Amino acid sequence: MTLLRRLTVSFVLGFAALPASAETFITVASTTSTENSGLFGHILPIFKEKTGIEVRVIAQGTGQALETARRGDADVVFVHARGQEEKFVAEGWGVQRFDVMYNDFILVGPAEDPAKTKAAATAAEAFKAVAASGAKFASRGDDSGTHVAEKKLWESAGITAEGQPWYLSTGSGMGATLNTAAQVPAYALADRGTWLSFENRGPLEITFEGDKVLFNPYGVILVNKEKHPHVKVTEGQAFVDWLISAEGQAAIAEYKINGQQLFFPSAAK
Amino acid sequence: MSDTAIITAFSLIAEADPALVQVIGLSLRVSLSAIVLACLIALPLGAALALSRFPGRGGVIVICNALMGLPPVVAGLLIYLLLSRSGPLGSLELLFTPAAMIAAQTVLVVPIILSLTRSMIEELWGEYEEQLRSLGSGRLRAVPTLLWDGRVGLLTGILAGFGRASAEVGAVLIVGGNIAGHTRTMTTAITLETNRGNLAMAVALGIILLSIVLGLNALAFGLTQWSRRRMG
Repeated sequence: MTLLRRLTVSFVLGFAALPASAETFITVASTTSTENSGLFGHILPIFKEKTGIEVRVIAQGTGQALETARRGDADVVFVHARGQEEKFVAEGWGVQRFDVMYNDFILVGPAEDPAKTKAAATAAEAFKAVAASGAKFASRGDDSGTHVAEKKLWESAGITAEGQPWYLSTGSGMGATLNTAAQVPAYALADRGTWLSFENRGPLEITFEGDKVLFNPYGVILVNKEKHPHVKVTEGQAFVDWLISAEGQAAIAEYKINGQQLFFPSAAK
Repeated sequence: MSDTAIITAFSLIAEADPALVQVIGLSLRVSLSAIVLACLIALPLGAALALSRFPGRGGVIVICNALMGLPPVVAGLLIYLLLSRSGPLGSLELLFTPAAMIAAQTVLVVPIILSLTRSMIEELWGEYEEQLRSLGSGRLRAVPTLLWDGRVGLLTGILAGFGRASAEVGAVLIVGGNIAGHTRTMTTAITLETNRGNLAMAVALGIILLSIVLGLNALAFGLTQWSRRRMG
């Protein structure tokens, strides 16, 4: 009977621990790049300290994060695919988009660089070189901000990558895709934040970086109350305001891994 | 790599890392709650299915057996669509909470316990039918006796259910959201650490999860041995 009693106790505890508490929280749909890089672990405690608001982050690809918000399951979205974000606001799902910060995309690949992307002058050239060499390329394939950026780069290189035998669509997050790329090994487009905090690099290193088209801006949007009346407007707005305030921007700027800054504040002053 | 993982695992346990304790606590709470709920649903239903005769019974049995293989991610998706703000139960505000995770795991475990209960009770009824009838016990009144008699076998089924609940990641990731400090379980933490490329930490968490499951199974085994000796 002891086991049964113990089970009953934990069962009751299980329900007692449900969030019936009065503590205020908001749900933020964000991207794997912000979560995996550890940025939220750094800035959210500072925000909670100041306002008492707990921020619960669901880390998804940008496409899925926006869909979560469309369904009314998040109060704020914090993502990086400007086209999709502007569409989200234009359709009335979001109130307004604010620039928060940026980092940049990098091309990573096997250190010996079989496609000679290190010699490329532009990102489009580097992508052309990958396609021409027949070296493998691991794509997110999940409609995330990184995947959207990657598709644009293939387009600018004039290449239809989808369906090619060398093109591996992993359909998973940035970290999982880098794990795949390290094993194959394959080239992959990654955000610098995830790359810097990623520990299982194997033979991979950065083979191309620095082109302006690799700029990766993050925006924050409060979900529109008119679509979903239950959105926590006050608390959500407080989070948006704090992110673009001098204090929030400083918190983002001071987050470093091995002395390297991951995200650069870009809110309009 | 595996050396680092083992060292990491031990230092995590030795330090009683608060985030880890929280994650383990939540995993156990969610899976044990799901198991208790599933037992409350599946034990009586399984017994009823074993002892009743109605048209279409065979079909119900086949469906229950098939649902033992329900992919966790599908169960998660169903619960997600139910609990989402745009779904029929959205106003309950249960999405991305431990309650949603309990619901998803219950859905996964019920078919296992139900099917095992059914086949066990059916067998026991075949064995003891005459005896029970001569004592004036009808089918319905025989249920508690049969369940008690089959407790050792049922415990194995319940442990299998617990294994499925505590090991799955697809469902809790969708309905829980893997929110740090709130809905992060052992399995979603392992997924996250893998995605961070922090494989030593992922393996360390895996070692801890396995140890817990092993411990619970040892406990259950000990209990059945003890009860056998006591009851003769």
